[in-house]
Amino acid sequence: MTSKKKVEPIGGTPSDVEDLKVASKYLRGSLAEQLNNRVTGGLTELDNRLLKFHGSYMQDDRDLRQEREKQKLEPAYQFMLRVVTPGGVATPEQWLTIDELADKYGNGTIKATTRQAFQLHGVLKWNLKKTIKSINDTLLSTLAACGDVSRNVMCNPNPLQSKVHEEIHHISNELTRHLAPRTPAYHEIWLDGEKLENPYKPYGEAVDPVEPIYGHVYLPRKFKIGIAVPPSNDIDVYSQDLGYIAIVEDDKLVGFNVTVGGGMGMTHGDTNTYPQLGKVIGYITPDQVLEVAEKVVTIQRDYGNRSVRKNARFKYTIDRHGLDWFKEELHERLGWELAPAREIHFENTGDRYGWSKNYDGTWNVTLFIRGGRIDDTEQSQVKTGLREIAKVLKGDFRLTANQNVMIGNIPSKQKAAITKLLKKYNISIGEELSGFRRNALSCVALPTCGLAMAEAERYLPSLLDKLEPIIEKNGLLDTEINIRITGCPNGCARPALGEISFIGKSPGKYNMYLGAGFAGERLNKMYKENIGEAEILETLEPIIAHYAKERKKGEHFGDFVIRAGYIKATTDGTNFHSA
Amino acid sequence: MQLLVTNSPFSEEQLQHINALLPTLTETQIHWLSGYLAFYRSNNVQGALQAAAPQGSAFAVAPVVEAVQLPKEATIIFGSQTGNAQRLAGRLADRLKADGYDVTVSAMNKFKPNDLKKVVNLFVLVSTHGEGDPPDNAVSFYEFLHGKRAPELKHVKYSVLALGDTSYEFFCKTGQDFDARLKELGAEQLVERADCDVDYEETASGWINAIAEKLNSAQAAPAVQAAVATEAAAPASVEYTRNKPFQAEVIESINLNGRGSDRETRHLELSLEGSGIIYEPGDAVGIVPHNDPELVKELIEELGWKPSEQVTTKDGVTLSVEEALTKEYEITTLSKTLLEKFEPFAKNDKFKKLLGNAAELKAYVKGRDLLDLIQDYGPFTWQPSDVVSVLRKIPARLYSIASSLAAHPDEVHLTIRKVQYDAHGRQRNGVCSVYVSERLEVGDHVSVFVQSNPNFKLPASHETPIIMIGPGTGVAPFRAFMEEREEAGASGKSWLFFGDRHYVTDFLYQTDWQRMLNEGALTNLEVAFSRDTEQKVYVQHRLLEHAAELYAWLEEGAHLYICGDEKHMAHDVHEALLQIIQEQRGVSAEAAAAYLSELQDAGRYQRDVY
Repeated sequence: MTSKKKVEPIGGTPSDVEDLKVASKYLRGSLAEQLNNRVTGGLTELDNRLLKFHGSYMQDDRDLRQEREKQKLEPAYQFMLRVVTPGGVATPEQWLTIDELADKYGNGTIKATTRQAFQLHGVLKWNLKKTIKSINDTLLSTLAACGDVSRNVMCNPNPLQSKVHEEIHHISNELTRHLAPRTPAYHEIWLDGEKLENPYKPYGEAVDPVEPIYGHVYLPRKFKIGIAVPPSNDIDVYSQDLGYIAIVEDDKLVGFNVTVGGGMGMTHGDTNTYPQLGKVIGYITPDQVLEVAEKVVTIQRDYGNRSVRKNARFKYTIDRHGLDWFKEELHERLGWELAPAREIHFENTGDRYGWSKNYDGTWNVTLFIRGGRIDDTEQSQVKTGLREIAKVLKGDFRLTANQNVMIGNIPSKQKAAITKLLKKYNISIGEELSGFRRNALSCVALPTCGLAMAEAERYLPSLLDKLEPIIEKNGLLDTEINIRITGCPNGCARPALGEISFIGKSPGKYNMYLGAGFAGERLNKMYKENIGEAEILETLEPIIAHYAKERKKGEHFGDFVIRAGYIKATTDGTNFHSA
Repeated sequence: MQLLVTNSPFSEEQLQHINALLPTLTETQIHWLSGYLAFYRSNNVQGALQAAAPQGSAFAVAPVVEAVQLPKEATIIFGSQTGNAQRLAGRLADRLKADGYDVTVSAMNKFKPNDLKKVVNLFVLVSTHGEGDPPDNAVSFYEFLHGKRAPELKHVKYSVLALGDTSYEFFCKTGQDFDARLKELGAEQLVERADCDVDYEETASGWINAIAEKLNSAQAAPAVQAAVATEAAAPASVEYTRNKPFQAEVIESINLNGRGSDRETRHLELSLEGSGIIYEPGDAVGIVPHNDPELVKELIEELGWKPSEQVTTKDGVTLSVEEALTKEYEITTLSKTLLEKFEPFAKNDKFKKLLGNAAELKAYVKGRDLLDLIQDYGPFTWQPSDVVSVLRKIPARLYSIASSLAAHPDEVHLTIRKVQYDAHGRQRNGVCSVYVSERLEVGDHVSVFVQSNPNFKLPASHETPIIMIGPGTGVAPFRAFMEEREEAGASGKSWLFFGDRHYVTDFLYQTDWQRMLNEGALTNLEVAFSRDTEQKVYVQHRLLEHAAELYAWLEEGAHLYICGDEKHMAHDVHEALLQIIQEQRGVSAEAAAAYLSELQDAGRYQRDVY
């Protein structure tokens, strides 16, 4: 081994958030007191920052903001609650609890997120504690669903490899637990002091008696982990800070390739921020997963940028010091080296809709959930339907990375009954949908998300309605093209990996990106800046027609636009912004 | 400049001294004296003036002539969506503070437009959003400044920093709008506007430096401050009454209840400009409403009259019967007296029978109106020419004033809840509340007069603690109380108890209270929302929760005020107070009642209930 490059942590004046974390005394702040303040339905900025670590954001109905300011009313503050569900798996009992809480304290809908978590919206401050307590009573948690810590660990719901799924899901659970904050603040504030048992099983020396892995300032920024099982890259493993790619031999899990330094978020107009894909650094066996995750997290803890938040994600730490440095640092901390990476092959990032059979004779069915929004509309009573199914189901529910729901492990004698219920409540299993509708993804955006600059979830269906005739005219209805839209550049719907993507700039205006890889292996690039719907359609129509006419067999849209010269390939996040 | 009786607030005798002294002063002496006077003013004059003026009155303290030095004051306001304008505002503030300026920084939506009158140097930092729109927290101020209520700003020096993004069509538009509008209002540009693109750093720093330099060089020069325009003496108060009301222009009308509420409460702002009307917190305003034109139409149809038929009032004014029934006469209340006046016009025995049965008559008139009478007991031979002799004039409705003249010169604010319900097979509308809520628009004029209420007044001393209990629209006079105390810089503690149905939609004047609480003007605020919890919670429950502290305040000499519904609320609150006194003093029910009535006698327990 060559001698290691000497690297100092970046330093600089800590950002205000770092100061807040220190002052919070392990995420306590004045949350307990502020929850009892009846004069405002909101929280102070400090407490709101802390609340994220507890799995909730303060939001307000932005549709009403102006109106209420005139009425001398504070914004209609409400809280979003995110439920940590490792790998998106929930029991029918847990489903029923979430369903009931959505009606009782939320806005009557459940959002399945792009990270396989449940989200409730519209919870008032006075109902937060009751809601969080009920979630914990059903053996789920909101702890670390947001905040500068490791988030909900994603994994493929695996309808086609049911044996492997059990193991992978177990590992995602273990990872979530191992990297969960251990501060007593959570149970002090929400659970009346009732302790959560999660002792630290050390891989090294604890840096701090309360938070053995994170220390009292936690991480510089959020940290995302996902496990993919080829050939499906549904969880977009390259978008994760830390990714594990399962290597399966003869239906048996033998190990993982490890990727580091992926991430979607950026800031408009700031080329020092960019989306990046994770890079493969080697291969490990399943028993090494926790140890590697812990060491990777501690490197980011020690070397991440704590001065400038928008440059604080792990991807910038790695790009700043280089992958070689990182590998050496990791090996040093591990005391052993990763093996060379194995060959893998991804085919797509979408979900496999419809029915599939498991090795033990049970069944799965993957449902199409528009925008991940579980609610009742005239066309489709998804919320009621899934509640009725949960009441009888002898299996489980799995949220997918594409905001859909899979019902898993259905005994074969229940298959008919479930089919009947799906029909009764008009719940789609994706069969009738065009290829591009099946692969469309949006974030929440307006009216609740405080970051949104433009519509996303509410706008996507009507945009697709207008694109569909163009697609149809060119005979491409069954061709899979993935389309993604977000209300801001923070990347919740992983827009830098869409073959066609829209990132909001202001109401009705989007930057349009083209050219990502269909299997999530290449970032896209901006094609048009700040355009409205008319220009979107005008721009896409000839390109789609061109694609229909001149594509090669099996060639994906994202590859075609590069070959045809519409846009250059982005070969690395660092050249995402160059034309 | 020679000071004269005509251009200064001094008497002939005082001026002799001043004019003799001023020319003899050296530079250093002027400097020293101006500092001394500023100190003298803040410590003595204010107190002396207040002692002389009637306590709790709305008279503005006359401005003392400003010292002959540029005040080192800077007001920085920002409108920010992503926080950049806010951060830059902070930087400008730090820079000017370092140069010894007294700097106020606030978001535009937290800035009281009324304070514009006191501003000397104004710096505006604002981004542009979407299609040339102001950021959320700038919208209300933007609208105010561009509206017709924006004051003249000849006394203001200003500069604007506009933030934007050149990839948008309307680059920096909001900043440009502010710049143009401030100029239009007479303000003088201190430093030219700077328009920043996404990489704003350099331009913004240049702007901040330019301001600091310009201000400092202006300070260095021994400039003489232009004499502050003395406010025109208030014209002698004219007596406006029910019969001779003032025609006040509606300058704002807002529903205070958020979307989804089952209530509607109007916040009405009226201009008193030119009226010379003076009021004090605790007083009421009478509104002379108009009847619902739809109801008038139905009534005239039912009577088979011609709407255009002329009638002449007792004052000798001739107008159409339709107009008379809309604007002059009451048609929504029945009474025994009124029905008796109808007797000569009655054609059937049924009506005569009703008049003969006192109990039935009493039951009938309750909740019914003239249209009911005509429909139920008509036909009558009643003619338009008989309207004047039978109907009485529309009575005025009184509303507790929700504003302080000191905080809103030439304005009066009212809080009016719309009354609407179904009875006797028809929707019934509160005459005045529905008139105000549904038919009065900004720019319209409304007939008003002030009704003073000497029995609902702030304590003589602004140091006396006050406890205010005002659920629903009962909170109105307490907004006036608190604004008055805030303007006076009162040091006395204050405690408000407010309640209504739902927190999210019915928290009247929520942001006003929050601001006062944050700034320390209001000491405590307790709220109770009855329909948010399984068990209904009212203000009296909150009183009981704070029994010990509340009693301690009373023992310290606090004044106690209750405003609002008489039948339920005021009664329940009174009972709660008795219980608190009984328990905290450890005395009998009789002794507690005696304690309260002593408070009442001493003017320390005042009620404005209805």
